[in-house]
Amino acid sequence: MAVVRTEDMPLRSSEDVVLARQMARKWAVELGFTLVDQTKIVTAASELARNMIVHGGGGKLTIDSLNDGNRRGLRLVFQDEGPGIADVALALKDGYSTGTGLGLGLGGSKRLANEFEIHSYPGEGTRVAFTRWRG
Amino acid sequence: MERIPILKMGEYLLVTIQVDMHDQLALTLQDDLTNRIVETRAKGVLIDISSLEIVDSFIGRMLGNIGAMSRILDAETVVVGMRPAVAITLVELGLSLKGVRTALNVEKGMDLLRAQVARKVSGNGRSPD
Repeated sequence: MAVVRTEDMPLRSSEDVVLARQMARKWAVELGFTLVDQTKIVTAASELARNMIVHGGGGKLTIDSLNDGNRRGLRLVFQDEGPGIADVALALKDGYSTGTGLGLGLGGSKRLANEFEIHSYPGEGTRVAFTRWRG
Repeated sequence: MERIPILKMGEYLLVTIQVDMHDQLALTLQDDLTNRIVETRAKGVLIDISSLEIVDSFIGRMLGNIGAMSRILDAETVVVGMRPAVAITLVELGLSLKGVRTALNVEKGMDLLRAQVARKVSGNGRSPD
C-alpha cells in the first residue's frame, strides 16, 4: 500500500471541527467517492476531530490518499498528545462518554470506516486512523 | 455574534439552517429557539435541514434537545428535508433521532404541524366545532 499524497493541519479549537469537515470533503470529492461515502467520511471526520479537541486537547489531522493495487482510498489520522484513553474497548462502546456528548463518536466512526485503528496509552496521547476504500 | 435566523409565521417559527454550523452556533440556535417559543407563544417549530451536508452526533443531539424543550413549552417541532445520504450515515453512526418528528419537505412538515396543533386544541375541549 502506498501513500500517494498527504496533507496535515493542526486542530485546536472547536471551530476547527468545521475545517476538518471541509478538508475531508474536498479530498473525498477529489478521489471520486460516491455521495453516500463522502457523507460517511465527513461525518466521521467531524466526530473524530471533536473527540480529539475535547478529550485530547487538540492535535493534528493528517489526510492520506492511498493506492493499494487497483484500490484507492482515503485515510484520516488524528494524533494528539493528550492524556490518552485508559480503556479503549470501553471508549468504543456506544453510550460511554467521559464528556457531555452522546458517546457515539468513536464507536460510530468505526462503523463508518472500512478500517479503523486506535493506539492509546495513558499519558502518551491517542492516534486514531480511519480508512475508507472506494467501492 | 453569528446567529441562525428564526422567522415567525403566524403561530409557527421557521428555521432554515444554511451554513456548516460549528458547535457553538448550534448551541446558540438551541437557546434562541427556546427563548423565541416563549416570547412568541409559538405552537410549532419547523426546522429545514435540506442544506446540511452532514448531521453528526452533536447536531443530532441539538435537534433532539430542541424537540424535547419545545414539547415542554407546549410547542411541536418537525425537522424536514434530510438528505438521503445523511439519513443513511446517521443510522450507521447509531443515531436514530428518537423523539424528533420528521417530514420529507417543508410543505409536508407544515401539514404535520397544523394537524398536531389542531389535535391538541380539540383534545383540550376547545374544538372550533
